[in-house]
Amino acid sequence: MKLALLLAGILVLVVLGLLFRLQVLTAIFSGSSKRPIGVSNKVNALLMPVFLVLGGGAFVWSFLAYYKDTVIPVASVHGVKLDSMFWLSMGIIMIALVITQILLFVYAYKYQHQEGKRAYFFPHNNKVEIIWTTIPAVVMAILIFNGWKQWADITGPAPKDSVVLEVMGKQFNWMVRYPGADAQLGNLNYRLIDATNEWGFDFNDKHGLDDFTPREIHLPKGRPVLVRIRARDVIHGMYMPHFRAQMYAVPGMPTQFWFTPTKTTEEMRTETGNANFNYELACSQICGRGHFAMKMAVIVDDETDYAAWVAQQKSFTSEHPEVMANLKPTVEPAVTQAQTTATKQAAAL
Amino acid sequence: MAADLTNPGVPVEVALGHGHEAHAHDEHDHEHHDEHWLFKYVFSQDHKMIAKQFLISGMLWAIIGGTLSSLFRIQLGWPKAELSWLEPLLGGWVSGGKLDPEFYLAMVTMHGTIMVFFVLTAGLSGTFSNLLIPLQIGARDMASGFMNMLSYWFFFLSSILMFTSLFLSTGPASAGWTIYPPLSALPQAMPGSGAGMTLWLCSMAIFIVSSLLGSLNYVTTVINLRTQGMSMTKLPLTIWAFTLTAVLGILSFPVLLSAALLLIFDRSFGTSFFLSDIYIGGQALSNTGGSPILFQHLFWFLGHPEVYIVILPGFGMVSEIIATNSRKPIFGYRAMIGSMLGISLLSFIVWAHHMFITGMNPFLGSVFMFLTLIIAVPSAVKVFNWIATLWRGNIRFTAAMLFSIGFVSLFISGGLTGIILGNATLDIQLHDTYFVVAHFHLVMGSSAFFGMFAGVYHWFPKMFGRMMDEKLGYIHFWLSFLGVYLVFLPMHYVGIAGFPRRYYAWTGFDTFSSFADLNMFISVAAIISFIAQFVFLFNFVYSIFRGRRATQNPWNGTTLEWTTPVEGIHGNWPGAIPTVYRWPYDYSKPGAVEDFIPQTVPFSETTSSNLPHEQEYE
Repeated sequence: MKLALLLAGILVLVVLGLLFRLQVLTAIFSGSSKRPIGVSNKVNALLMPVFLVLGGGAFVWSFLAYYKDTVIPVASVHGVKLDSMFWLSMGIIMIALVITQILLFVYAYKYQHQEGKRAYFFPHNNKVEIIWTTIPAVVMAILIFNGWKQWADITGPAPKDSVVLEVMGKQFNWMVRYPGADAQLGNLNYRLIDATNEWGFDFNDKHGLDDFTPREIHLPKGRPVLVRIRARDVIHGMYMPHFRAQMYAVPGMPTQFWFTPTKTTEEMRTETGNANFNYELACSQICGRGHFAMKMAVIVDDETDYAAWVAQQKSFTSEHPEVMANLKPTVEPAVTQAQTTATKQAAAL
Repeated sequence: MAADLTNPGVPVEVALGHGHEAHAHDEHDHEHHDEHWLFKYVFSQDHKMIAKQFLISGMLWAIIGGTLSSLFRIQLGWPKAELSWLEPLLGGWVSGGKLDPEFYLAMVTMHGTIMVFFVLTAGLSGTFSNLLIPLQIGARDMASGFMNMLSYWFFFLSSILMFTSLFLSTGPASAGWTIYPPLSALPQAMPGSGAGMTLWLCSMAIFIVSSLLGSLNYVTTVINLRTQGMSMTKLPLTIWAFTLTAVLGILSFPVLLSAALLLIFDRSFGTSFFLSDIYIGGQALSNTGGSPILFQHLFWFLGHPEVYIVILPGFGMVSEIIATNSRKPIFGYRAMIGSMLGISLLSFIVWAHHMFITGMNPFLGSVFMFLTLIIAVPSAVKVFNWIATLWRGNIRFTAAMLFSIGFVSLFISGGLTGIILGNATLDIQLHDTYFVVAHFHLVMGSSAFFGMFAGVYHWFPKMFGRMMDEKLGYIHFWLSFLGVYLVFLPMHYVGIAGFPRRYYAWTGFDTFSSFADLNMFISVAAIISFIAQFVFLFNFVYSIFRGRRATQNPWNGTTLEWTTPVEGIHGNWPGAIPTVYRWPYDYSKPGAVEDFIPQTVPFSETTSSNLPHEQEYE
C-alpha cells in the first residue's frame, strides 16, 4: 500500500517534470523564450492590484470576523489605557500600511513596461525627501511621548495601600502566598526548600509564621494589587492577559508588577456570557516540558467576599506543623533577605 | 593580500606570497583549466565557487528548517491528532501517537537557530557578499581567498556539529533559539540542555569564527580593492549593504561568543555568571550572585544587530533589482546610504527592547523605547524611496523583480508592527506572544527570504551561466507571497489575544482556546507555502544543468558584474579590470542611446546625455 502510494507520487512528479520539459521545448521552438518582455509581464502587472484588492478585502473581512475573539476583555485600570494606546497606534500604522501598500501595488501595475516608453530619470528630490523624513519623525515623537508617560505610570511605585501577594514560578506550576495578618511576607531561603517547605520559608523570621499559601489567586476588585514575583528554577513569565500584566519571574532576582482589577469574576461571567469564565495566570517564557500547561486560576472578588476568603485561609505553619518542629536557627543570615531589599525596584543592571 | 587567483591549487604559503598581481597572470588563465576537481569544487578559493557553496549549504539548511516548522505546525494545527505516521521520521519522539513536548521545543529551537544563523546569515550574506563584492567593485577576488575558503569550511564544521545534535538521544538544544539560562544551563531543567546544548554552543562558537573570517574579508576587500574610479559614492547599494552587514557582524558576533563562553563556564566549570538561588531536581544549587538578565543583555547585543545582518543584504539587493527592472535610477541614492548607516548605528543601541519586562530598570525601558522607535524613520525613508523608484518607471516583471516588490510589501507589513512592539507599554501585553512571532517572521524572516530569492533569480546567470525558468519563478513567487501573508497575518490575531509563543498546545487555557480553526488555517497555509518552495528547488537544480544559456548582460544592468564573461573565469575579467566612470544607476537617462549606461562608459562618450555638471568629467 505504502509502496503503491510512493510509486504513484513518483509517477506524478515524473509526469509534471515531462510536462515542464515539453513547455520549455515548445517555448524555445516558438521563439517565445527569447522575448524578454511578453504577455507574462502584463499578467504579473495585473496580478498586483488584484492581490491588493483581494488581499485587502480578506484582511478587513478576517479582522472583523475575529475581532471578538482577538480582543479579550480587559479588567484593570491601566489595561484600559494600554488598550486604547494599542488601538491608536494600530490606527496610525494602518494608515501608513494602506497608503504605502496601495502606492506599491498601484505603481507596479500602472508603470508596467510599455514598448517604446522610457522611464522618467528622477534620481532624487530633496524637498520630498525632507517631508517624508519629517512626518514619520513627528509621528514617532508623539508615540514615544505617549508610551513613555504610560510606562512611567505603570512601572512606577505601587500605592501604599496595595494588597501584596507573591507568586513563584517553578517547573511546572505557579505557587502563591499572602502575607497574613501582619501584612508582611516572611523571608525565604532557597536552601531550605524541600518537599513540604516548597517555598523555602525561613521561620526564624517571624513575619512568615502567618503567611498563607492558597491553591488559587484571589484579588479584591478596585484596590491596587502588588504582585511580587519569583522563580525557583528557571525563568518563567508571569502573564495575566486580562489584566494586561506581564513580568518575568527570574531566579535570584525578585521582580514585581502592580495593577488594579476592575471587574470581579462574576461580573466578567455576565459580561462575556460565559458561565465558566475564569481569569488565568499563564507562563509566557519558555521554561521546559510543561511550559504550555503552567496555569493558575485567578479570582477577583468584591471587597466583602475577598475579606471573607482571607479570613478562611489557614497559615502555612498551621497546616504543616512539622516544618516548625524541624526548625533550626540558622547561623548565616538568609541570603534572600538582603536581596529582597536590594532589588526593591528590581533595578538589577 | 590576495592569494594567487590564477591557480588556487598551489600551496597556501606560495599563494599568499604573490600578492595582488593578478594583472600579470592574466595570460595564464587559459592554461589552468585542468586544475584538480578537489581544489576547483571543494577547497576552492574562488569567491564565485565559495558563494555557490554557501548558497547550496544554506538551501539544504532551509529545507531542514522548513521541515521542522511544518512538523510543529502540524502539532499546533491539530493538537489532538494521532501522529504515529510521523514515527518513521521522528522515531521515539512520537510515542502513543503523541509528539513529545520536549521535542516540540527542540524543533522550535532548531528552526530558529537554523533559519536565523545558518540560512539567513551564512546562506544569505555568505552567498551574495562573496559573489557580488569582487564582481561589483571590480576586483579579481576577495582580499584573502584563503581566509574566504576557511570561512566556508568553519561554517561547514559548525553545520556538521549542529546537524549531529539533531540525532542525540537527549535531543538537540531546546531552550529556544535565544537559549536563556538557567533553562539552557541546567541539564536537570530539560534533556535538551545536556549534550544538545553543548553541541549548540560549540557549533555557534565555530560559526562565529566563520562569520568573522568572512566579514573581515568583505570589509577589507571593499575598502582596498575597488577598481580605478570606483569611489564609495559610485558603489552599488548592494556593496554598501554587504559592507555594513559585515561591520555589524564584526562588532556584534564577538559579544555572542563571550556570552557563549560564559555559559559554557557556567555549564561545565561551576561558575555562576548567570545562575543564582536555584532549586531544581530536588536540589538547591550552590550558585549564587549570577544574573540571568546579564546573559540576555549579552545575547541581544548580538541578537538585535543580527536581525539587521539578516535584512541589510536584502535592502541592498532589492534596491539594485528594483532600479534595474524599473529602468530608473534608485530614488535618493545618498538617502539610501544614509538610512542604512543610520539603521546600522541604531541597531547597536536598541537591544534591550527585547527585555522591557524582564525586571530591568524601567528607566532603561524608556531609553530603549525612545531609541527603538527612531529606527522607524530611516526604515520609512527606505520604503518611500523604493516606491518612488517604481513611480514613472518602465517595469519589467522578472521573477527577481516580483520578489523585490514582495520584499517591500512584507517589510512594510512586518516593520509597522515593530512600532507597536517597540513601545514598552504595549509590550507588557504583547511580549512573547504570537504577535511578536508574526512581526519578526514578516519583517526579517519572510522579507529576508524574499530578498534572497530575488538575489538568486537575478544573479543566477552570474553563478551558473544559465537562466532560471521565469514561468516557474512566477508560480513560486505568487504561491509564496500569498502563502506568507496567509500564515502570518492571522497570526497577529492570535497574538493580540495573548497566545504565548512556544506552547506545545493551547488547549489548557480558556483564554486562548477560541483559535482552533485559525491555528489550523495557519498550519495549512504554512505547509502549502513550504511545499511551494520545492518549485524553486526544482527550478534551481534544473536550470543549473538545462536552463537557457545566459547572455553577458541579460537584464541590461549597469554594474560591473555584467561586463564579465558568462562562463565566470578566475580573476573575473580576462583582460585588465575595467575602470569606472559613473554611478551605477544611469538608467533611462534623457538623451542616451540605450536606456542604460554601464559604469564603464566614460562621460566623454555620452555627451548627448550628460547633465550640465557632468560635461567636465572624463
